[in-house]
Amino acid sequence: MTGVLTAAGDLRRLVVRDLRREVRMLDGLIVNTALPVIIMVLFVYVFGGAITTGSSGLAYLDFVVPAVLLMSGGYGAALTAVNIADDMTDGMIDRFRTLPIGGWVVPAGHVVASVLRNVAACGFALLAAVVLGFRPDAGPAEWALTLALLIGYVLAMSALAVLWGLLVRSTQAAGAFGFVVLFLPYLSDGVVPAETMPGVLRDFASNQPITPIVATLRALLLDRPMGSSGVAATLWLVGVVVVSTPAAAWLFRRRTSA
Amino acid sequence: MNYIHSTAFTDAIRVRGLTKSFGATRVLAGVDLTVPTGSLLALLGPNGSGKTTTVRILTTLLAPDGGTATVGGNDVTREGVAVRRMIGLTSQQATVDDLLTGRENLELFAGLYHLGRRRARQRAAELLERFDLAGAANRRVGTYSGGMRRRLDLAASMVSEPRILFLDEPTTGLDPRSRAELWSVIRELLASGTTILLTTQYLEEADRLADRVVVIDGGRVVADDSPAALKRQVGAERLVLHLSRAEDAPRARAALGVPAQETALAHGVTSPHEITLALRGPEHLRCALNALRRAGIGVEHVELRTPTLDDVFFELTAAAA
Ligand SMILES: Nc1ncnc2c1ncn2[C@@H]1O[C@H](COP(=O)(O)OP(=O)(O)OP(=O)(O)O)[C@@H](O)[C@H]1O
Ligand SMILES: [Mg+2]
Repeated sequence: MTGVLTAAGDLRRLVVRDLRREVRMLDGLIVNTALPVIIMVLFVYVFGGAITTGSSGLAYLDFVVPAVLLMSGGYGAALTAVNIADDMTDGMIDRFRTLPIGGWVVPAGHVVASVLRNVAACGFALLAAVVLGFRPDAGPAEWALTLALLIGYVLAMSALAVLWGLLVRSTQAAGAFGFVVLFLPYLSDGVVPAETMPGVLRDFASNQPITPIVATLRALLLDRPMGSSGVAATLWLVGVVVVSTPAAAWLFRRRTSA
Repeated sequence: MNYIHSTAFTDAIRVRGLTKSFGATRVLAGVDLTVPTGSLLALLGPNGSGKTTTVRILTTLLAPDGGTATVGGNDVTREGVAVRRMIGLTSQQATVDDLLTGRENLELFAGLYHLGRRRARQRAAELLERFDLAGAANRRVGTYSGGMRRRLDLAASMVSEPRILFLDEPTTGLDPRSRAELWSVIRELLASGTTILLTTQYLEEADRLADRVVVIDGGRVVADDSPAALKRQVGAERLVLHLSRAEDAPRARAALGVPAQETALAHGVTSPHEITLALRGPEHLRCALNALRRAGIGVEHVELRTPTLDDVFFELTAAAA
């Protein structure tokens, strides 16, 4: 029991460290606050008029909000790869390794801090959407599920990011993961209706995880039928977390074993 | 009260036949060294000689291939947790967080040592005071000078009041004043009973701080002696004679009785105008200059310098040959 409490305390200290770092790095702060708002405004004003929402019958603002939420939370989460790569390459990890703490606390601290920051980023994006005229139609249960889904998405992307950061072992290469996660929603039903895409793209868009996650968010926030997308989204996210967490833990242990 | 036990071990660090290879590169080829409790051992060696590798093995960050090493009586491979509990490490690479303030760094590490919130805050304040960082405590480490950062790094290694401290090239890249400051901090730690293993590329540093000096080259111990004995072996100052004409160098060497390769080895970049010899007192200097005058060899200027690591290697390998 005291072991668990001690570990929780260690985790809290590393999360606080990470959040402090984030607030003090200008780019970190921008990624988590201004960027979500900018993406939202950009989509609604710049692209909104040019894109039809196909058979969904939604206004473009309503159509695109879920994808922008995922971009807002996902990009920052993907940059967790940079944080872990920094620690691994700048010698900080040697300091942590000589401390009487469980090794797993270091990557776990980055992931927990990432979830806090990036779910907040989703909140900023949502606020911007409301200012632009987005009127969600969701009860407390739907809001709770929305929050859970966003936490799940950010968690999954952060866990993948840790794995990536440990794999590439360089800060620059670690940053590349951010672009992958930022652009994945473009190749889904989230920004442009998949039904309007050419063959191969449409197949990809219909089968990649972002599409059911977007559909689930639309169902929750706009009171639309959920269909099977809720189950698909959950399976995808649980699958990613269940695979990438032990893989990252294994790789971290390998990288830090004597 | 554990450490009352550990002082029963007269040797804080004991290393026998330590080997380590990275792939096909043999980095440590059987290192032996012993550090008595409360003393300072300087591990002296050029770039790539295996100093950091040795320190990483002794601080449990790296597993050796062969040999044994005990720190505070505990085996570094089998009893790593116990070893970590009694050591502090200042790596060659700074390991403090640039975006946190000095105080936040120390409080973070104190917290991770589970000192408790009040005690952690107290300990951080103590260390900031002791390492002359109180004035900069609330500034981000990114704004610190090299010397301040080194001192903070050292302070971070002292958070848990370790009895055994490893310092990997603590003064490399520091200006003379910061270096002298760090030396006095190290002396204080030593006076308070801490055992220290310090690596360095500077003979002078080893001479000033160490009770014993181990010289390694290519992962092998080439000397293990007191600084005084080592200095005796290496000779005192070096006399550098800059000749007016490079063509005179062979004749000058003959006149002075200096073997040809000494100059090349003693100076990383040797000018053909230069001749270097170990100086055995003022009389030797007078004789050398007289000998050159008798031979009709012009001397542009003379220079006296303290022996460098290169001189040590020259003397040691010459002695072995
Ligand atoms: N992880 C590693 N993989 C491969 N080679 C390594 C590794 N670590 C060290 N080496 C090699 O081992 C040799 C000794 O390195 P080490 O860092 O111990 O030297 P050093 O004496 O500390 O040198 P310096 O004075 O430059 O710090 C070097 O040739 C280095 O390239
Ligand atoms: Mg080194």
